[in-house]
Amino acid sequence: MKPFLTIDPTLTRPALLLRLALIGLVLGGAAALFAWRAGWFTPHTLTQDTVIDTFQKVNGVFPGFRRNHAKGVCFRGYFESNGNAAALSRAGVFSPGRIPVLGRFSLGGGLPYVTDAPATVRALAVQFQLQNGEEWRTAMINLPVFPVQNVQQFAEQLVAFAPDPATGKPDPAKIQAFVAAHPATARALPLIQQRPISSGFADSPYYGLNAFTFLDKGGKPTPVRWTMVPEQPFQPSPAVDPGATDKNYLFDGLIAAVRSAPQRWRLILTLGQPGDPTSDATITWPADRQTIDAGTLVVDQIESEAVSPARDMNFDPTILPDGIAVSDDPLLSARSAAYSVSFTRREGERKEPSAVTTAETGK
Amino acid sequence: MNPKPRTQFAIQSRLLHWLMAVMILAMLFIGVAMVSSLADYRWLVALHRPLGIAILILAIIRLVNRKLTKLPPFPPTMSPLERRIASSSEKLLYALMIALPLIGWGMLSAGHYPIVMFGAVHLPPILPAHPLLFAILRAAHTVLAYLLFATILAHVGAVLFHTLIVRDRILDRMALWPIRRPKTPAPDANPAE
Repeated sequence: MKPFLTIDPTLTRPALLLRLALIGLVLGGAAALFAWRAGWFTPHTLTQDTVIDTFQKVNGVFPGFRRNHAKGVCFRGYFESNGNAAALSRAGVFSPGRIPVLGRFSLGGGLPYVTDAPATVRALAVQFQLQNGEEWRTAMINLPVFPVQNVQQFAEQLVAFAPDPATGKPDPAKIQAFVAAHPATARALPLIQQRPISSGFADSPYYGLNAFTFLDKGGKPTPVRWTMVPEQPFQPSPAVDPGATDKNYLFDGLIAAVRSAPQRWRLILTLGQPGDPTSDATITWPADRQTIDAGTLVVDQIESEAVSPARDMNFDPTILPDGIAVSDDPLLSARSAAYSVSFTRREGERKEPSAVTTAETGK
Repeated sequence: MNPKPRTQFAIQSRLLHWLMAVMILAMLFIGVAMVSSLADYRWLVALHRPLGIAILILAIIRLVNRKLTKLPPFPPTMSPLERRIASSSEKLLYALMIALPLIGWGMLSAGHYPIVMFGAVHLPPILPAHPLLFAILRAAHTVLAYLLFATILAHVGAVLFHTLIVRDRILDRMALWPIRRPKTPAPDANPAE
């Protein structure tokens, strides 16, 4: 019987050992390079997993729910484009006409059963379903600027603003230290705190926050930011916090509003000028920048997470049709990466019932 | 057709082998870098999708080519057991080259993601959107990618062992350039499969 392996008998012992070492070096080197790219040698670097771990550390783990914007309700409707933005972007969403949308309203934070409060961040996520099968997904919030410039600051901010386990409230000293160390946050916080807070989801504006790049038919780029501006007239938030009597008051108000009439927002595009920063979501562009009303988002059906495909949808803001591209804002890739981890984790978990249900949906 | 046994794989087989070797190694490194990166995630994913589909297409072409072409015989230095291991690992490599892109495509379908190639070009979903299906395929994609990397390392290790220690010129069979041997050793009776 033949031996499993035959060694060339003319090889001397040192030559054999040298050659074996060379093979080990090649294989070990390739494996080490792979492990290095996987981040095994740099366990303290912030990764998409550790960002989501930070959310879980601050909020706890609620299986089946988003790690951020955990409390929400879903909707269907349509986007009616007026064609005004078609010259700026070749994306089919801006050709005149109506396309279906799916989406979700939510509150910021990782607590799916949290009590609604006026100052909590409100969010609107939308999936535009273009006629050629392309998609545009966007996740917007009701803050005019983002409090941080990048994901490292975001993770630090999560920890700094987290409730102290002893008091149940954020530690003012930690917040102060964070703000002092981050001038961009110090500049953004007054804009965030002084925003007019409306009575509910329906009369809130929602800001895209990050800058994007629109590309026209010839490929000419234009820096753009967008805002969903409500057609529902602004009502100030009630003086007495309604959360004390109805912990879902914001969602219940939205469900009632959509049931009584379709709720509408205008998609307002703000066009950047050369020199306007596109990589910093903490700064707004000058107020005199040209704006374009691109069409109307109409929300005409509201439905519980349990029955909506929007629950199992990742509203990754980098899912864009041809004609809209990402800018150089580092938050966009980081959002995409972190959303993906949150999505992957929750899809493998058993789904718990959501706090907000629309029992009569479909009747 | 050719009465003499081949000394090398067919030229298109050799081209496919080296082209796909580069693409698959690049793909494995892109994959492993992208799932840990925050700053580079978006462009790496945007590259990972079309590259994966390109590998799927080439892997299918390669499988058809593999069935249609004659193979050079194993060198006589390979024992029957080693030949069996080589043949099984070849089957495993083919299975993974086809399965990994298909699982990726199916996983994005189950996750309700659009499967964007470039610009407005995208692929249709091949599975219904379903949370648990997504989670299972997502995990399978990772496990099988590590298995593919390990199998490639074993393949490279075996070829290096033959080349440097058995010294049977096994690499000649896959060399991109034609190899003329000064003295033909007695050809082995058994072809590769």
